[in-house]
Amino acid sequence: MANALISVPARARRGEIIEIKTLVSHPMETGYRRTQLGARIPRDIVRLFVCSYNGVEIFRAELHPAIAANPFIVFPTIATESGTLTFQWTGDNGFSVTESAAIAVE
Amino acid sequence: MQPASRREFLWAAGGAAGLGLLGLVVRPAEATPAAMQEAIRKVVGTAKVSPGRVKLELPPLVENGNTVPLAVSVESAMTEADHVRAIHVFTEKNPQPDVVGFRFGPRAGRASVSTRVRLADTQAVVAIAELSDSSFWSATVNVVVTLAACLEEA
Repeated sequence: MANALISVPARARRGEIIEIKTLVSHPMETGYRRTQLGARIPRDIVRLFVCSYNGVEIFRAELHPAIAANPFIVFPTIATESGTLTFQWTGDNGFSVTESAAIAVE
Repeated sequence: MQPASRREFLWAAGGAAGLGLLGLVVRPAEATPAAMQEAIRKVVGTAKVSPGRVKLELPPLVENGNTVPLAVSVESAMTEADHVRAIHVFTEKNPQPDVVGFRFGPRAGRASVSTRVRLADTQAVVAIAELSDSSFWSATVNVVVTLAACLEEA
């Protein structure tokens, strides 16, 4: 069902600012559209995205219907230590996707 | 009922555009500049929002409002003592004024973030940054949208 794409450099120098790109496949139905019969299509969006670095939250985004389908978010962080970055998206109708990526810092 | 064919959709879109030119288009529920001010107040409280320090990048002319690249950055040292706590983005005429809120800390290294948004109309987009000293800074960009998001039928 839901697929997430993540781009994190596999290795980085300590203290370097790395750029993380994330994309999760989701229609981001706004709740403002109607079908041809005039029925309102209920809202179905990703509401929250959280990124943690070795268990410590480093970035968070609160999303609203004005985010385009397949939310794409690019943000920076400092490579502090080797470990795992975890990414979590949560949203309407119990939507929840968790992904992780490893980084080696030298 | 069958989903709209490409032809029907294009006719409808053309018709809507024509009506728009005549100023007769019936708009869906939309936020107003007043609603945007209210949404901003909810975030900043009574603090003063000064223009500057924030750089908001959006294409000045958008052909398709369904996916518009948006980048925000803030001039900041991003140290423990002086960093950007959050960036919020608002629009004037989308059905809802809130677009997105980003929270970060000194570990970001630099305050810059980008995403893709939807824009329902030609309008102003505002980005507000909250700094660690509780000051608020803003940037406003006016965007012309030719094909609006949120209007098409499913």
